[in-house]
Amino acid sequence: MRPGSGTVLVLALLAGLAPAGLARAQDAAPQACEVPPYLLSTESTLPKVAEAVKNARPLTVLVVGSRSSTILSSENSAYPARLQAALKEKLPSTPINLSVELHTGKTAEEVDAGLVKLVEAKRPTLVIWQTGTVDAMRSVDPDDFRGAVDEGVAALQNAGADVVLVNLQYSPRTETMISAPPYLDNMRVVAQQHNVPLFDRFAIMRHWNDAGDFDLFSTFHGTDMAKRVHACLGRALSKFVLDAARLDQAQQN
Amino acid sequence: MLSFPDSARAKAQLPKRCQMSSIADPVAGTPRSDAKASDAKAAAASSAPAIAFPVAGERELRLDLFRGMALWLIFIDHLPTNILTWFTIRNYGFSDATEIFIFISGYTAAFVYGRAMLEAGFVVATARIMRRVWQIYVAHVFLFTIFLAEISYVATRFENPLYSEEMGIMDFLKQPDVTIVQALLLRFRPVNMDVLPLYIVLMLFLPIILWLMKWRADVALGLSVLLYALTWHFDWYLTAYPSGFWIFNPFCWQLLFVFGAWCALGGAQRMSRILSSPVTMWICITYLVAAFFVTLTWHIPQLSFLMPKRIEQWMYPITKTDLDVLRFAHFLALAALTVRFLPKDWSGLKSRWLRPLILCGQHSLEIFCLGVFLAFAGHFVLAEVGGGALTHALVSLAGILIMWGMAWVISWYKHSADKGASKTKSTAINADMAGGSA
Repeated sequence: MRPGSGTVLVLALLAGLAPAGLARAQDAAPQACEVPPYLLSTESTLPKVAEAVKNARPLTVLVVGSRSSTILSSENSAYPARLQAALKEKLPSTPINLSVELHTGKTAEEVDAGLVKLVEAKRPTLVIWQTGTVDAMRSVDPDDFRGAVDEGVAALQNAGADVVLVNLQYSPRTETMISAPPYLDNMRVVAQQHNVPLFDRFAIMRHWNDAGDFDLFSTFHGTDMAKRVHACLGRALSKFVLDAARLDQAQQN
Repeated sequence: MLSFPDSARAKAQLPKRCQMSSIADPVAGTPRSDAKASDAKAAAASSAPAIAFPVAGERELRLDLFRGMALWLIFIDHLPTNILTWFTIRNYGFSDATEIFIFISGYTAAFVYGRAMLEAGFVVATARIMRRVWQIYVAHVFLFTIFLAEISYVATRFENPLYSEEMGIMDFLKQPDVTIVQALLLRFRPVNMDVLPLYIVLMLFLPIILWLMKWRADVALGLSVLLYALTWHFDWYLTAYPSGFWIFNPFCWQLLFVFGAWCALGGAQRMSRILSSPVTMWICITYLVAAFFVTLTWHIPQLSFLMPKRIEQWMYPITKTDLDVLRFAHFLALAALTVRFLPKDWSGLKSRWLRPLILCGQHSLEIFCLGVFLAFAGHFVLAEVGGGALTHALVSLAGILIMWGMAWVISWYKHSADKGASKTKSTAINADMAGGSA
């Protein structure tokens, strides 16, 4: 071994160790993923959720979503499960029942058909409806999309549930291929019209990417980052739901 | 809180990816500096037209300048949001570079081919237009090939489980037999590739538009407005593959194109009285300021409480697909003020600081395609290399420099490298290329 190669070896080892150490540290400490308050504020409210919590009734949450509402082969790390955990933590006296209905590869219109039946079966207090991704990928006419979301939200409200809409993920890699803005805009319109809180997953994730919390351009293949992003989303969503139900202050006091 | 420009406020903002704009024919006449013999002939021949042409041979540098600017803005708008994005006009009003581009395209196309129609007749002009259509079509297919290469690469390299759903967009790679044929039919257009098909369709109808204009320019414009109104009323559109519709509805966007043509064929001169009136100026300024405040509420959601609900309901959505009247009006206001405050003979147009923009504007088809390609490439670099705001800004700047460099090379070819060609042949080419880039 020549003299120089020893140094190289040591450096290489150090270089290999450093990221590992960092990764370990990240696992232990919760990921830094602050969400600026304006991204979590909403004028719309969730009266049924507030009522259930105040009367100490169980809170039944139904998440209706597509594949971006889960992480393949580790559902328990996906944001719905994280949301449930966070809600339990913040509302210790309220039983939280959360179930997830995935409609993989279905547009809003296709999901619409089954919504009422779902709600009748589960009688949720709150329906969290994540939609838009499939429609954007199939470039469904944005007006049709708006109509479908509009109908769906109306049906859920008529069936007596509070509704939170969750929009698309921020996906910089596919930005050149999927045109998200029309769908984001139309979801916002529907949310305003029905006075339903909209959890702006897109803006929040983009904020994390811009702020350096996550490198969403990463080509990393493992599920590690997905889990961390979902953990942050779940926490942010729980805060959003409690804020919209105007529960946070009441519970903390 | 100046983040999130496009997702910011409901409805109004448009598909970011479609912020794209068009391509046009390189402008009209020939730069005076290198006026050629063929030009003098052209000038003489066009002295007796029924419709008024601007002095033949005089190149309208303002058109080149703004087309070049539009090309740069389109490129920047196609990249992920970065500092330079704040310099693009869509952040300050309703309309964006697309409007500028389509309008100038209509203007220059009418100028060039209108003259051809007067000099050489309908058939020859149509033939030249069709050749231009073919060039644009080939450019579109070329871009599609690059796009295919990019996403095939991404599809195989990028498997972040966070985005397993979004990656489904690559599924079309599984049926190339259908997709590629649909792409050749202009029905399958990946994001960012909507402008060339629009331009192809507009150019296909240019012979009829010009023929009508030659007969009665105002009737042609009136018919265009009528088509626009009917499209809004009956909700006409062209379908796309696998679903959806054309992002730029040609039935609506033709209005800008035809309006550009109308201006080129004497309309602008006839409007000069209106354009120079102070009343027009103040209406334009008021409208632009109002539009600016509305856009401000998209960027700073905290301000949105200032917007009366009633106005919001009436105004939104401001669709780009169907060229909303508010967007059209915004463009008109911008154009009116530009024409008023930036005279044709402004000495700055000859300054070397504006030279890069003008050069790019003079070779619009090439530079537009290059811009789309560079936007792909830029995304790529950002994805592979990663990087923060600085890298983003550097990528944008590098892209603009490349566009400038390419424009310079192209004009060098035109003026120096091709000069060696045999005299007879080159005059023939030059005549054809009047629409090209002469």
